[in-house]
Amino acid sequence: MSLGPAEVKNIAHLARLAIDEDLIPEYAKNLSGILALVEQMNAVDTEGVEPMAHPMDATQRLRPDVVTETNQRERFQRIAPATEAGLYLVPRVIE
Amino acid sequence: MHDKTIAELSAALQAGEFSALELTQHLLARIEARNGDVNAFITVTPELALEAAKAADAARARGEAGPLTGIPIAHKDLFCTDGVRTSCGSKMLDNFISPYDATVVERLKVAGTVMLGKTNMDEFAMGSSNETSYYGPAKNPWDPQRVPGGSSGGSAAAVAARLVPGVTGSDTGGSIRQPAALCGISGLKPTYGRVSRYGMVAFASSLDQGGPMARNAEDLALLLNAMAGFDPKDSTCIDRPVPDYTARLAASIKGLKIGLPKEYFSEGLDADVAKVIDAAIEEFRRLGAEFKEVSLPNVKLSVPAYYVIAPAEASSNLSRYDGVRFGYRCENPRDLEDMYKRSRGEGFGAEVKRRILVGTYALSAGYYDAYYRKAQQVRRLIREDFVKAFAEVDMLLGPTTPDVAFRLGEMVDDPVRMYLTDVYTIAVNLAGLPAMSIPAGFAKGMPVGLQLIGRDFDEARLLNAAHKYQQVTDWHNACPPGFE
Repeated sequence: MSLGPAEVKNIAHLARLAIDEDLIPEYAKNLSGILALVEQMNAVDTEGVEPMAHPMDATQRLRPDVVTETNQRERFQRIAPATEAGLYLVPRVIE
Repeated sequence: MHDKTIAELSAALQAGEFSALELTQHLLARIEARNGDVNAFITVTPELALEAAKAADAARARGEAGPLTGIPIAHKDLFCTDGVRTSCGSKMLDNFISPYDATVVERLKVAGTVMLGKTNMDEFAMGSSNETSYYGPAKNPWDPQRVPGGSSGGSAAAVAARLVPGVTGSDTGGSIRQPAALCGISGLKPTYGRVSRYGMVAFASSLDQGGPMARNAEDLALLLNAMAGFDPKDSTCIDRPVPDYTARLAASIKGLKIGLPKEYFSEGLDADVAKVIDAAIEEFRRLGAEFKEVSLPNVKLSVPAYYVIAPAEASSNLSRYDGVRFGYRCENPRDLEDMYKRSRGEGFGAEVKRRILVGTYALSAGYYDAYYRKAQQVRRLIREDFVKAFAEVDMLLGPTTPDVAFRLGEMVDDPVRMYLTDVYTIAVNLAGLPAMSIPAGFAKGMPVGLQLIGRDFDEARLLNAAHKYQQVTDWHNACPPGFE
């Protein structure tokens, strides 16, 4: 599968990733190369093979539903780009 | 002092030959003088180190010293360190001061180690050469024109250059073993779930595993003793007792059955590297090991399957970098979407963007089955090949990399060619197995790594075999010229 500039732009939008317009052809070329590598997988028949998500097929562990974390809002917000009154600030989304 | 291994330093500290403070001061001065040659450190933490060294000396004076008390180490810059920047080699996290310690960091702290700083790495651990780091590439101490490997390139370079005796690394597709091989040191990727991933910045969560890097197997055992074990904060960590990894180091390996996967000795393997591996096989034979050829027919599909699974998981993990709560935020965003897009576009480097795009594509509607599901099916076939082989042999042996360290800049424009340099390491991550790389000699004047791959949770046996080999060989003691 080879990707063109329009597809790269669409994927970049899905990933919320700004990409310089003049670099798009290069991304298209590199991504197409990676997909060509990936498609070597098609050489093997995987009909009926159960997909493997965890090497030991372990399932997610459950834990008792109890409070284990203390509130550390100030500590965590110290590294935030912008906060006010304990809230994270972002550009206005509702006019 | 800097030429000593962790075990030697531990004995010297215990014997009172020097204090942890003197050792720390010596290594901090050496980093100050020599780091510029290899760019192994992103951050050096002298104040914290001196404080920890004094605490280690005080613990020893109280009779509370363990084997790692006062041992200087460094952490790959993707392990969160409370109050210290954790950059992950990225502009995105250049301003990120971790608000907590990773479990690995905490455990090594409790064991009494002294952190000297944080080591250079490929951005978000994506790379095989350390060239994708926002802080410039680390360099190979054996030849500064060559790469140290990646992604734990700074960690490997720091140990090889005798700046620190032991470091942490992480291995998603070979990121501990490949740089260890290219820099002539020893490195262990534990079984998936053996070491907690809590506080280790996530790249591909079903493949990522932290592990130790040091000069020899004995030091790896000492570090792994402190690092391994169940952690309720990591939902994929396996709850299973941790043996003392030093206990079996000296046991005989007479009768040990070692498999030679024929796919690891076929086309693509450099002839000079092959000679070094053949000589190592002879050495193991003299130690009493028995060899048998085995086949891993699907292992050739490991690079293709990896470049679906790893980017897919990465695209999901890295969606958290949105410029809202921490990390880089672009200047003057027009609106929320502009803030997301430009913060990510400006904060991530080219390789990270490529992988996010590949992963986003592979997971997007209509392509999921063809790529992600297919890759996970291939992943099972690869693991089954290993399981079959381990019914016949106790471990596998082969080269860590197809060739020695390549030149800086040689592959940056050809990502696929760079990906293929990890052809011998990636299958192990897909299968979740433990594996290590140890120095086995030189080809073209550069170090060659020997890879040992074990059954699930069989780290002790790998370390035993590596240690016995290192008792009769001297490759692991070779020091890069100029760094004696």
